[in-house]
Amino acid sequence: MSTHNDSYGAAWLAALTDHAEPLAGYPASVRVIDAELGHRAARYIAVVPDSQARFPRARAGEVGLAEGWALARALHDAVEADESAAHKRVIVAVVDVPSQAYGRTEEAYGLHQALAAAAEGTIRARRAGHPVVTLIAGKAMSGGFLAHGYQANRLVALSGEGVQVHAMGKQAAARITQRSVEGVEQLAREITPMAYDIDSYERLGLLHARLDIAPTASDDAKAVERVRQALADAVADIGDTRDLSARIGQGERTATAAVRQRLAEVWAG
Amino acid sequence: MTDVAALLQRQSFVELPARSRCQHLLDDADQRELLGPFERLTSPWLPKQNIVTQSDDGVVIMRGTLGDTKVVIAAVEPAFQGGSMGEVGGAKIAGALACALADAENGDPVVPILLLETGGVRLQEANCGLAAIAEIHDMIVALREHGPVIGVITGPVGCFGGMSIAAGLCSELIVTREARLGLNGPQVIEQEAGVDEFDSRDRPMIWSLLGGEQRVATGLAEALVGDDVAAIRDLLARHVTASPKPLARTTDIARFEALLETVAPTERATARTTRDAFAQTTGAA
Repeated sequence: MSTHNDSYGAAWLAALTDHAEPLAGYPASVRVIDAELGHRAARYIAVVPDSQARFPRARAGEVGLAEGWALARALHDAVEADESAAHKRVIVAVVDVPSQAYGRTEEAYGLHQALAAAAEGTIRARRAGHPVVTLIAGKAMSGGFLAHGYQANRLVALSGEGVQVHAMGKQAAARITQRSVEGVEQLAREITPMAYDIDSYERLGLLHARLDIAPTASDDAKAVERVRQALADAVADIGDTRDLSARIGQGERTATAAVRQRLAEVWAG
Repeated sequence: MTDVAALLQRQSFVELPARSRCQHLLDDADQRELLGPFERLTSPWLPKQNIVTQSDDGVVIMRGTLGDTKVVIAAVEPAFQGGSMGEVGGAKIAGALACALADAENGDPVVPILLLETGGVRLQEANCGLAAIAEIHDMIVALREHGPVIGVITGPVGCFGGMSIAAGLCSELIVTREARLGLNGPQVIEQEAGVDEFDSRDRPMIWSLLGGEQRVATGLAEALVGDDVAAIRDLLARHVTASPKPLARTTDIARFEALLETVAPTERATARTTRDAFAQTTGAA
């Protein structure tokens, strides 16, 4: 992550949209930009750090109350605007979220509900026929990722240090599982789903594509063009599909495939 | 019947394990567990960490009827690994919901009931749990187009993490006073934000903010019920026949954003201030 008020997510959002102005009416931590992908209209959305954000527990790029509801609105408005459109705009989620917000006020006012609204926003957009693609440009962590990005039809990731997917930060994971941080790191090397790095995540079969591009390369025009092409390829691959079937039961998630197949066999009795 | 007699005859739901919960809620005839323990579908990841598996991976899927309505119950077992969602248990829930969706799309709806005693992702299977939970979210939203998807949180674990988002997506949420519903578990908030922000040992504070009574008072859950098998069953029987309708908790964005405007972010939230704010902006009392 770069310094002060910026993030990989903010940098890639700017690069992919040729530094277009974000739409007004959103908190500074949620940038929504209407631009193009290929020659198709696209709404780009990123959650970014804002050191002045109203809620102090969500100033480092976390998805908090304001971010959750703003994401929901950005998605809901796109679906409504394109309701009768023949070609619904693409949704691109640019993801660099360190986590959800951790705080008392957040829990009291229903952070889980804000994140549910955000996740539902993406689900509804996808199921209404908007192709939804996520670019994992940095951290894709836990509830932050569930609210912003995980519901895309296709997940595309950059590579290298700084690109991570996980359910919980190492310190908290160590405490909850009653292990040392070293113990968590050791297990992360041996157990694929416990790893934080994107190469391990790829082995779970959840990625559509992993690009050999570092998250720091957002000022490299060639890298940006390759990312654009990969996102456009993902949109082409989506075609008319609206569900998550492309990533279910792939890679090392063999137990997922077995459970689903067996359930389908015994469901009707 | 006197109150004492009623009390003596009351059967606790909270004390029941997941399989018994399903059996008590469904009509006696035609109960059928899917992928039960004899199928031996266990976690492939826990043995590598020297953790004993359970032959149902802590999730029970049971089909049957409730009154005249076809239902499928997915129950998380609170006694196994904190009710956590691993790859197999997560796939059982997501897969059962996918089957229910296929039936609903063919005009033969099966109403899902989710018994959510869960701390969320099983950290020993982290990314597999997170992926399965995303798939569960997708299915709940899709199924709501066809009818109710009912969540029940009774205790003792409560409902946290990615599964609290699943609860937030349910069309009706039934809770007891013992239930807790929140995104982050108290220990995690304390670890990440410090004990001044959230003291995980302060049980009165935790229940006053995350408890079932408060969640109903603020409109984040629909119904409060006692720890009583018969009462929960009666309430579910009324809810399974509900028609599909937009869910204010996820779609009434403007009202929630207006609510946030009234919050003083640096003041310590209490049960009272939270209820007042909700009452002013969302009509909940």
